Amino acid sequence: MSRADDDNAAPAGWRSRLKQIIEGYDAVLSLQHRREIARELQDEEDLFMLLCFCDMMGIPNPVGDMTLELYPYMLDRFHEWHQRQGMPRSPLDGFRCC
Amino acid sequence: MNAIWIAIFGAVCFVMGYRFYSKFIAERIYRLDPDFQTPAHTYQDGVDYVPTNKWILWGHHFTSVAGAAPIVGPAIAIYWGWLPAILWVVLGTVFAAGVHDFGAVVLSNRHKGHSVGTLANKLIGQRAKLLFLFIILILVLMLNAVFAWVIANLFITFPASVLSVLIQIPLAVWIGYRVYRHSGSMLLPSVIALVVMYATALLASEVPILQFDLVSWFGGTDTAVAGGFNATSMAFLVWIVVLMAYVYIASTLPVWKLLQPRDYINSHQLVVGLALLYLGLFFGAPEMTAPSVNGEAEVSWYPLLFITIACGAISGFHGLVASGTTSKQIDKETDARMIGYGGALGEGMLALIAIIAVGTLFASSADFTATYSSFTAAGSNGLGSFVKGAGQLIGNLGIPEHMGSTLVAVIVVSFAATTLDTAIRLMRYIIAELGTEYGMPVIARKHVATSIAVIASAALVILPEGPKGFGSGGYLLWPLFGTSNQLLAGITLMLVSVWLKRQGRPVVFTLVPMLFLLVMTLWAMGQQVIFTWSGFGDADRNLLLFTFGSLILVFALWILLEASRSFRQGPTASQESLSSDESR
Repeated sequence: MSRADDDNAAPAGWRSRLKQIIEGYDAVLSLQHRREIARELQDEEDLFMLLCFCDMMGIPNPVGDMTLELYPYMLDRFHEWHQRQGMPRSPLDGFRCC
Repeated sequence: MNAIWIAIFGAVCFVMGYRFYSKFIAERIYRLDPDFQTPAHTYQDGVDYVPTNKWILWGHHFTSVAGAAPIVGPAIAIYWGWLPAILWVVLGTVFAAGVHDFGAVVLSNRHKGHSVGTLANKLIGQRAKLLFLFIILILVLMLNAVFAWVIANLFITFPASVLSVLIQIPLAVWIGYRVYRHSGSMLLPSVIALVVMYATALLASEVPILQFDLVSWFGGTDTAVAGGFNATSMAFLVWIVVLMAYVYIASTLPVWKLLQPRDYINSHQLVVGLALLYLGLFFGAPEMTAPSVNGEAEVSWYPLLFITIACGAISGFHGLVASGTTSKQIDKETDARMIGYGGALGEGMLALIAIIAVGTLFASSADFTATYSSFTAAGSNGLGSFVKGAGQLIGNLGIPEHMGSTLVAVIVVSFAATTLDTAIRLMRYIIAELGTEYGMPVIARKHVATSIAVIASAALVILPEGPKGFGSGGYLLWPLFGTSNQLLAGITLMLVSVWLKRQGRPVVFTLVPMLFLLVMTLWAMGQQVIFTWSGFGDADRNLLLFTFGSLILVFALWILLEASRSFRQGPTASQESLSSDESR
């Protein structure tokens, strides 16, 4: 490796090291904030899922025909949701994700 | 003596403590297992349970536990001279705080990431849970009152800091919305916010019109204003009312809107503050001008020293953080040593620099004695002395001292404001839980519980009368705050000891700090309650402090009884279930 390559490698190493330090510092400070944001988003998600599936739980849903079309796209999210609600298996007969 | 040697002594003790004592505790007592599946892996949910890199988690844990308390306590305790304060901070951190914080992380990690409160319920029973709730309630009540006084006091003493602190609120809300709605990193916006805040603080130091000097607005220190209040007393009253109104709104908002982004900015401030102070110390190499031992102190250093410095030597609040959030994010059990023990060492370094800042402030020992003429004067002047001393240390870096003091006042007020917000929020949850427990659903409502928390805290901070009138005596509550904090630490150490005993391991390393804390707490509170606040002999009666002191004394005795009962009895049904939790 030539001297010029060495000179280029050193600043690049420095830059990547500095970037790592800044990213680590940001991760330290934003850990708690990210948790709260994730919790807020999860709550919104849970409410949305409840609105979509409320008719299958005995709550009348005036827009059931439309939300029905969403079901195929929501299979994975539905699975995560019912597990989060403390139900290890799918609670719906017609909607078996697991 | 040159203050650098004190910093080096503290750092060397901390390194040795980490290298040898924490290693011994980790291997022989807690017996950390690198193969143990931590709750972060077992219950990984992307929100609370997330395996996290140990360096990141250490930084997060440290910034969560460090605040204004490890500054205020040492600044008061230097009344007995810097040597007792330094020794308690160093020995307390190495042998008590480190073991306590580390133990809380390990205990919680071994029990599904449960918090100390839940573990108290499972390990000892329902009585312990209620005891725990009441002690936390008293702790946060004291915290609210003391920190409201801290902020009001600094706003009055350093009016140039007010505008900067006020600006932080809209900046934090802006950052919160930006990140919540548009995602992205908080790093750059928070650095911009910090620059704006510090620029405002420096500008306000030079431009009097930007200072919110209420005492001058009311006509000067001794001017009678209205209703028997003088200008200083009225300024305290106004700031406390403003703070309580603010904290009511802040603590009922979702955390991401204000609390979290402000916390993020404050974490920068912690790093910046520590760096500036230690750099100032090493560039200036000042002498300790305060006496090593204050021979003129009319109040004995024992046992009061051990409750005056709580955070910075050992603090029960750390157990709440360690078991509430940190333990749920541990990647490997062996990381607990660095995160728990190392977090306590970080706070010890903050307490050390607080002692050094006050110890190097004075021109001579006589100046120190004039400012710290009595224990009451130490309570009243300690915080102001720290801010001036820290300003002087920062002055060694070329920043004018008055500007440095304003910056430090902004940093301390920011810490205190965040703690106040969090504590009112916590108090609201506890009131709601107690309301549910005792069949009073009305007080479990958000605004009712918050109103109770805010009104009780405001009443508590306004009632103690200091030398400058109503509202200026909040520092009188400091020993009560320290005591309740130590009691909480005692409970955590007791739980760790009970767990160790049931595992058939030595308990002496957790039991001795626990007994030391409880004996000192009982002794100090007994002394204060009987000889100072009850009106016994020549002392003036103080019904408010007497009532709270007596309550805390009863709780301390209760904990001792519960501890001895737990040690004598075999495991109960709930303890068996706890055992099965661990043997997953």
